[in-house]
Amino acid sequence: MQRRTVVAGLAGSAFAATFAGGIQIAAAQEVVKIGLIATLTGPQAASGRQKVAGARLFMAQHGNKVAGKTIELIVKDDTGVADQTRRIAQELIVNDKVAFLAGFSLTPLALAVAPVITQAKVPAIIMTAGTSVITERSPYFVRVSFTLPQQTVPLAEWAAKNGVKTAVSLVSDYGPGIDTQDAFKQRLEERGGKVVEQIKAPLANPEFAPFLQRAKDLKPDALLLFVPAPTAGSLMRQVVDRDLAGAGIKVIGTGDITDDDQLNSMGDAVIGLITSHFYSAAHDSPLNKKFVAEFKQANPNMRPNFIGVSGYDGMYAMYEALKKTDGKTDGTALVEAMKGMKWESPRGMMSIDPATRDVIQDVYIRKVEKKDGELYNIEFDVVKDVKDPLHK
Amino acid sequence: MSVASATDMSAAAAGPASLRLMSAARWRWYEFLFWGIAVACGLSTLAPALGFTVPVIPTKLMLMSEILILGLLALSIDLTLGYAGLVTLGQGAFFGIGAYTAGLMAKYGAGVAPLSDPLLGLLGAGLAAGVVGFATSFLVLRGSDLTRLMVTLGVALIVEELVNKLKDITGGTDGLQGVMSSSVLGIWDFDLYGYTAFWYALGITFLCFWFCRRLVNSPFGYSLRAIKGNALRARAIGMPVNARLIQVYTLSAFIAGVAGGLLAQTTQFASPDMVAFHRSADSLLMVIFGGAGHLYGGLIGAAIFRVMQDFLSNITPQYWLFWVGIVLILLVLFVRNGVIGLMMAASQKYIAKVPPKSGALK
Repeated sequence: MQRRTVVAGLAGSAFAATFAGGIQIAAAQEVVKIGLIATLTGPQAASGRQKVAGARLFMAQHGNKVAGKTIELIVKDDTGVADQTRRIAQELIVNDKVAFLAGFSLTPLALAVAPVITQAKVPAIIMTAGTSVITERSPYFVRVSFTLPQQTVPLAEWAAKNGVKTAVSLVSDYGPGIDTQDAFKQRLEERGGKVVEQIKAPLANPEFAPFLQRAKDLKPDALLLFVPAPTAGSLMRQVVDRDLAGAGIKVIGTGDITDDDQLNSMGDAVIGLITSHFYSAAHDSPLNKKFVAEFKQANPNMRPNFIGVSGYDGMYAMYEALKKTDGKTDGTALVEAMKGMKWESPRGMMSIDPATRDVIQDVYIRKVEKKDGELYNIEFDVVKDVKDPLHK
Repeated sequence: MSVASATDMSAAAAGPASLRLMSAARWRWYEFLFWGIAVACGLSTLAPALGFTVPVIPTKLMLMSEILILGLLALSIDLTLGYAGLVTLGQGAFFGIGAYTAGLMAKYGAGVAPLSDPLLGLLGAGLAAGVVGFATSFLVLRGSDLTRLMVTLGVALIVEELVNKLKDITGGTDGLQGVMSSSVLGIWDFDLYGYTAFWYALGITFLCFWFCRRLVNSPFGYSLRAIKGNALRARAIGMPVNARLIQVYTLSAFIAGVAGGLLAQTTQFASPDMVAFHRSADSLLMVIFGGAGHLYGGLIGAAIFRVMQDFLSNITPQYWLFWVGIVLILLVLFVRNGVIGLMMAASQKYIAKVPPKSGALK
């Protein structure tokens, strides 16, 4: 019956509606669709797996009914190629009429969908990509993951306090990498230290040996590292091979390089490594213990990392937004509903900054230690409620 | 170029040979069918708005536009590979140059009336790619197939690295942001549904295809086939082999550039993926998949390849590459000359049963 009305209405307005009309999401629909665009094949595949696992776990725990609507999760693989991300986003909006988009493993992939979501007024939840500027590119972006400067500034503070006078940074040459090196340099130099050189390695290139050698030759007190998490394994193996610690260089970095999912395979040589990040599988809270246990149970051979927890929290934000709008799927209302939202995540307390739609959360300083035969990032210091320092 | 005048000459000099050439150039029913299907695919997306649904064809205009664009890229390869016998692994470079040229023109030309026009953007994209194609064509003249693969691959890698390094112009790994395409001919805006993108891509692809079709059925095209058959003999009967190869390579680069420009305009950004190696390899695969040397091979290959990818990756987002691989291996093992070869073999069986009315295909 309902369908017939919709069809008749559409037939009435026929061409005019098709060409002139914006996106109309049938208000009466009982199913609310969420399009999760993850990178499930290629070098960034690990990131997609975590995200999907996190999102699925949330749905398994909380059911698929919210505010009288049934939630349907549509998972798509964008292969890490930006024009695919954009095409899939467009199709999900136009064909599947999704109420939310989510995912985005790399900054370029998120940036590519900015014009689409602005035009269609569909909220997009960023579950990984960490360049500051993304949320400024569309008023429909909401971030539940992190930004690199947010992680790096506390690390620079820690380094300055712990006797690091000179440092070299080595980052992947793209948005988040540039953010990392700049934020680190600025804060360390404000605290009287000096960044001797900023080395950038191509994103697509897994060969870090020449860059690490260059850093070693400069003999700084500390070497700051950032690469996207799925590349971290190969970077850390090469770091260990070069024996930078033996040369008196303290290796530090954002939590991306000691990614929980891969940490165990990096070997005991990374014990003692200092990183800053918003999530560790070893975070001490009942909620996190439950999260980790159930995540492992649903996905044998995997340990949740910061991407997994962001997938989980992204679903939380979308569920809560739907509750607030009473199941209505108007994009602008959903974004409004998410602004200022505050909740306890497995990572700790987090909230969405109403001004920037970016995440505010605690950032921890951690050290790699062995616990129960496994390697973990053990948190030993915390900076509360960190905002992204680059947003105005 | 001398193409147009050569065509005129052949038409003027009547004789059995030129008659045969002209009959080969005639449009056939299956060609009308092919383009008819393409148009029908576009029209079918209007069906839901008119109150009925077409069950078979999915309403995926963006995917169809992408197929057309990749098909155009494959067409440009078919021109060099299928007709002139030049193997290339670097077509992605021209595609990328076209994409960035059109992207930059749309970005910085926004508001400046003539510069921001999409058609002019495509022309710019084609010319930029054509110039680079001409400059590098001299490298391709040297050596055999294997050397050519390496040289074209090398050119593509250089372009890719330039795109990565010239961050101020190209935006580096983050891609070229803020591309704002103006409306086509000042009338049709690029819409969210992809209507304009599809018809625009279809129009441009058909235009390029029509030009290529004229070209390969002209004496110029036949001279290319002669060179492919035996370059030494072609030279011996006085054919300017090197000049022909340079011309076709440049033209192919131009078309690849137009395809790249189309992608940048319809997706409103350009990223290093557009010059990446997988772009060149995929498009070469599409030509082989569809069947080289028929012009339609690339288009059919692109359609099947992308629809298969889309279908499989919807069923199994994690392991679809595995199935694509299996299909490719089976196809290479059991089907000669791609999908077109398969269809021709089938029609030959049919023709053997039914006595032919006039001359066979060629």
